[in-house]
Amino acid sequence: MSVLVYVEQADGKFKKSVFEAVSYAKAIADNQNTSLTAVSIGNVAEADLKELGKYGAAKVLNVATDQLKNFVNQAYAAVIAEAATKESANLIILSNSFSGKGLAPRIAVKLKAGLVDGAVEMPNFDGGFSVKKTAFSGKAFAVTTLTSENKVIALNPNAFGVKENAVDATIENFNPEVKATDLTAIVKEIVRATNKISLPDAELVVSAGRGLKGPENWGMIEELAELLGAATACSKPVSDADWRPHSEHVGQTGIAISPNLYIAIGISGAIQHLAGVSSSKVIVVINKDPEAPFFKVADYGIVGDAFEVVPKIIAALKAHKA
Amino acid sequence: MKILVCISNVPDTTTKITFTNDNTQFNTAGVQFIVNPYDEIALSKAIELCEGGKGTVTAINVGEAATEPTIRKALAIGADDAVRVNAAPRDAYFTAFQIAEYAKANDFDMILCGRESIDYNGSQVAAMVGEFLEIPSISIIKKLDFDGTTATIEREIEGGKEVVTVTGKFVASCAEGTAEAKIPNMRGIMSARTKPLTVVEAVAIEELGKVTKFETPAPRGAVKLVAAESAEDLIGLLHSEAKVI
Ligand SMILES: Cc1cc2nc3c(=O)[nH]c(=O)nc-3n(C[C@H](O)[C@H](O)[C@H](O)COP(=O)(O)OP(=O)(O)OC[C@H]3O[C@@H](n4cnc5c(N)ncnc54)[C@H](O)[C@@H]3O)c2cc1C
Ligand SMILES: Nc1ncnc2c1ncn2[C@@H]1O[C@H](COP(=O)(O)O)[C@@H](O)[C@H]1O
Repeated sequence: MSVLVYVEQADGKFKKSVFEAVSYAKAIADNQNTSLTAVSIGNVAEADLKELGKYGAAKVLNVATDQLKNFVNQAYAAVIAEAATKESANLIILSNSFSGKGLAPRIAVKLKAGLVDGAVEMPNFDGGFSVKKTAFSGKAFAVTTLTSENKVIALNPNAFGVKENAVDATIENFNPEVKATDLTAIVKEIVRATNKISLPDAELVVSAGRGLKGPENWGMIEELAELLGAATACSKPVSDADWRPHSEHVGQTGIAISPNLYIAIGISGAIQHLAGVSSSKVIVVINKDPEAPFFKVADYGIVGDAFEVVPKIIAALKAHKA
Repeated sequence: MKILVCISNVPDTTTKITFTNDNTQFNTAGVQFIVNPYDEIALSKAIELCEGGKGTVTAINVGEAATEPTIRKALAIGADDAVRVNAAPRDAYFTAFQIAEYAKANDFDMILCGRESIDYNGSQVAAMVGEFLEIPSISIIKKLDFDGTTATIEREIEGGKEVVTVTGKFVASCAEGTAEAKIPNMRGIMSARTKPLTVVEAVAIEELGKVTKFETPAPRGAVKLVAAESAEDLIGLLHSEAKVI
């Protein structure tokens, strides 16, 4: 057995979630007394590939052909499966990112591998192989036991943390043949706001709901988020009314997140909203209604008018940072 | 044009989740089941693409007889016909294999799923169907235009979007934005009773794993209230007590 970790790049760079996946894969490899190889697809500079060594990847397979510059899950899955075969790896780790979700299932089918998506912990090897994952939109966890020879795990962002474990990474070019039929989906355009922290990866999140009355009042939410280095989120009615983009909608029918800090401002705390955020490590609720259900799952609460409370917090934060 | 829409039968979003048999089974007692909300979006998109006689929409569900009200709901929303693969959906691998087998035999131009089922939240089925059929799969899409030959699709990426084109058969999993979810009208509800619902038997496939235990999140301690007048104290608490900033 050996472990293979797929390191997803965006614009040639690795994000924190990738270092987290490498840290997780390294912890498993160490636990099982085996080796870890990373596979990178797309154009990444040598120095960035070397950096993977910091988290324990002793070997990096670098697949840098122009043909695979953009993410096409069908072709990427074939390359990763081939890398696994070449390295005799039977455990493949990747981030449960938007791309990871499109990729992991294809790799699993190719390798007849059991798949655990949304893993939140290290596997348990006692008498088998089981991994805990989120289920019912954060309302529960499901422990999944895999019995197949090959296995794939997609790790939830912010579930394991980044752990340094420095080794010297050897970089090896890897150029598997890619079938034209695996490349029929064509990426035409990539639009990425580089100055904003992306919500699924964020450690800190400032979120607001209908209590804010209208989109024109989001200035203070954005200011607070920016001061904290946090991403912004919202409740469903807010994105339904187009006050905020759909990509910010969290909850049972939006995205599920588990940041270190979730600040909910003017959100009542409906069961569908809580489903997506209740696994946040620390929850702060600001609501003028002391009976708002959100207070029941909060760690810190302020009963008060957001339009008075938030400016005070912003001022305190500025003072704290100064 | 023939579109296949995959419909998953899930607990209503207000359901309190509990387990039985020493936390090995989801407790379905008193639970109301619904069409997975994302699958309503996928179905609505399919209906929109076929409007004006441009094609037909088939809804497929892998499930036991108890899921039929959910399938009828899909027919009421506007699917032309439906298929139920008669088996408990063991996991995504099993479910996707059944859908792929049916699709192989029935030649669909497009297969639409939801971004994820809100019970097991796998986001697995769509891409697995794509792999079983060896056709492209685009996960978590928020826009889909089709000109009769080529589909132009926007998919979600961290902090933005990616525009992808596909010519030929494909699978996509739909998120919010792809379509406005349609609500069944009276005529739809009436006609759903008589629209064709075929039941087919499942095809055997090996098991790769299974859920062996469920857990519920640990309850939180009591909330610590900070007075609104001294809201600024929150920052100190988050810094020195909670240590998150
Ligand atoms: C199938 C289904 C799926 C759903 N999925 C989701 C989901 O994924 N995510 C989601 O969020 N919702 C979801 N919902 C909706 C959910 O049930 C709630 O309706 C929604 O979360 C409420 O949003 P809100 O808290 O912003 O608004 P409201 O419930 O209107 O609450 C506004 C809150 O703001 C407070 N407030 C008002 N003024 C102020 C002020 N000046 N200062 C401070 N506080 C103030 C009020 O006391 C109130 O608690 C779903 C519903 C259904 C039926
Ligand atoms: N039992 C099922 N029958 C038909 N389609 C399903 C079933 N389970 C999941 N799907 C489809 O696959 C999508 C993703 O589900 P999942 O991979 O379970 O998150 C759902 O939104 C449905 O479109």
